[in-house]
Amino acid sequence: MTKVTMTVNGKAVSGEVEGRTLLVSFLREGLGLTGTHVGCDTSQCGACVVHVNGQPAKSCTAFAADLDGASITTIEGMANADGSLGTIQQAFQDHHGLQCGFCTPGMVMSSAALLAENPKPTEMEVRHYLEGNICRCTGYHNIVKAVLAASGQDVSKIAAE
Amino acid sequence: MYAFDFERPKTIAEAVKALGREDAQALGGGQTLIPTLKQRLASPSVLVSLNGIKEMIGVRKEGDTLIIGGATPHAVVAKEAGAYPALAALAGAIGDPAVRNRGTIGGSVANDDPAADYPAAVLASGATVVTNARQIAADDFFQGLFTTALEAGEIITEIRFPIPGKANYQKFQQPASRFALTGVFVAKTAGGVRVAVTGASEDGVFRWTDAEQALSSNFAAGAIAGLKVSDDGMIGDLHGTPAYRAHLVKVLTGRAVSAA
Ligand SMILES: Cc1cc2nc3c(=O)[nH]c(=O)nc-3n(C[C@H](O)[C@H](O)[C@H](O)COP(=O)(O)OP(=O)(O)OC[C@H]3O[C@@H](n4cnc5c(N)ncnc54)[C@H](O)[C@@H]3O)c2cc1C
Ligand code: FES
Ligand code: FES
Repeated sequence: MTKVTMTVNGKAVSGEVEGRTLLVSFLREGLGLTGTHVGCDTSQCGACVVHVNGQPAKSCTAFAADLDGASITTIEGMANADGSLGTIQQAFQDHHGLQCGFCTPGMVMSSAALLAENPKPTEMEVRHYLEGNICRCTGYHNIVKAVLAASGQDVSKIAAE
Repeated sequence: MYAFDFERPKTIAEAVKALGREDAQALGGGQTLIPTLKQRLASPSVLVSLNGIKEMIGVRKEGDTLIIGGATPHAVVAKEAGAYPALAALAGAIGDPAVRNRGTIGGSVANDDPAADYPAAVLASGATVVTNARQIAADDFFQGLFTTALEAGEIITEIRFPIPGKANYQKFQQPASRFALTGVFVAKTAGGVRVAVTGASEDGVFRWTDAEQALSSNFAAGAIAGLKVSDDGMIGDLHGTPAYRAHLVKVLTGRAVSAA
């Protein structure tokens, strides 16, 4: 077992992990942060995306022991300080960007990374950036719409489907 | 996953020492190795992460050579390899953003997946793969599917790319995996034109020498019009037949020359 120390959603945390402990297991089982989902466990679906030092990464495809000292943000860190939904989360709710909600944590984390890098993306840029996030409910249209709305762009002219 | 020890050295020397342990294995970004471990297709006794070795991360230019540290993530190459735009563009089109933030050039080149992108750039550029022990020319490095000149415990510390006068990479993406169904990298170097093809051959990345000759005397897409690519030894799977891939090789080479 190795000791790891990270900053998770702004708080210093530490724990004992095995070499093979995945970041997502450390978050979910070690810290009880079950907002990050495991969809495929094969690096394909993006449900488990979190930010590692500000950049999106698949937490099912990284070892906790490799991230000693890293700063991690999960979906639990996306709400406003008063507990209300953050801008991107609110846009997903407003524009029906989720159906079952399973892919949503990863979608929100990837979208947040996109908007940090590119505050006013085009529809094509949103679709391209979210290539690694799969929605099994196939609700892509409204997901893209939500991201565009979260970026402050007018989505009233985008058709419902 | 079977259990293993985990080490995170800070220098190349420490990593080489740790890799001396029996059944030790290097860990780059883990974007190939972690799924492999989950399937229990690998069972190292210790994983030696290269991600904490500062001297192996980053992009720098020395004269006409672009040098990329072996543990540099694809996203960093996409952002910082501006001196070699075709290479930066290739790195920026690997997988998806999350994969690019963790996957590394050394891991991709060491893994030598027959559909990986970087091997085409390394071979077409005539790059030099630098390890902890020696320097290996690209022409000697790739030795078939998932097979390279690397010895056990040897790590890629950097890759040195001579920057070509003109270059372009054309990737015909397999849309589900985002790997190259076929990809062609064309580089117009001081010593002539080099054309490297990935994703197509059952022997992994290869040079299309007929096209190189034709393009060295006339660097125009039309120069390869009369050439034929044999479908002998090309990959056939549910995504494309050998003949389809052979066809793509020629089409993509023409596009790369026009775009270079
Ligand atoms: C969803 C998805 C999509 C992808 N799409 C593409 C794509 O479009 N194109 C593409 O080319 N690739 C793609 N990949 C693969 C990706 O680029 C990997 O990052 C890469 O193949 C392996 O690099 P890594 O750093 O993750 O290595 P790891 O997975 O850590 O290691 C791979 C192998 O290399 C060895 N190794 C690692 N670093 C070194 C080193 N410095 N020296 C010597 N040996 C080393 C390891 O021991 C292991 O055997 C994709 C992967 C995923 C999960
Ligand atoms: S659970 Fe990590 S990519 Fe699907
Ligand atoms: S909302 Fe159900 S998987 Fe995306």
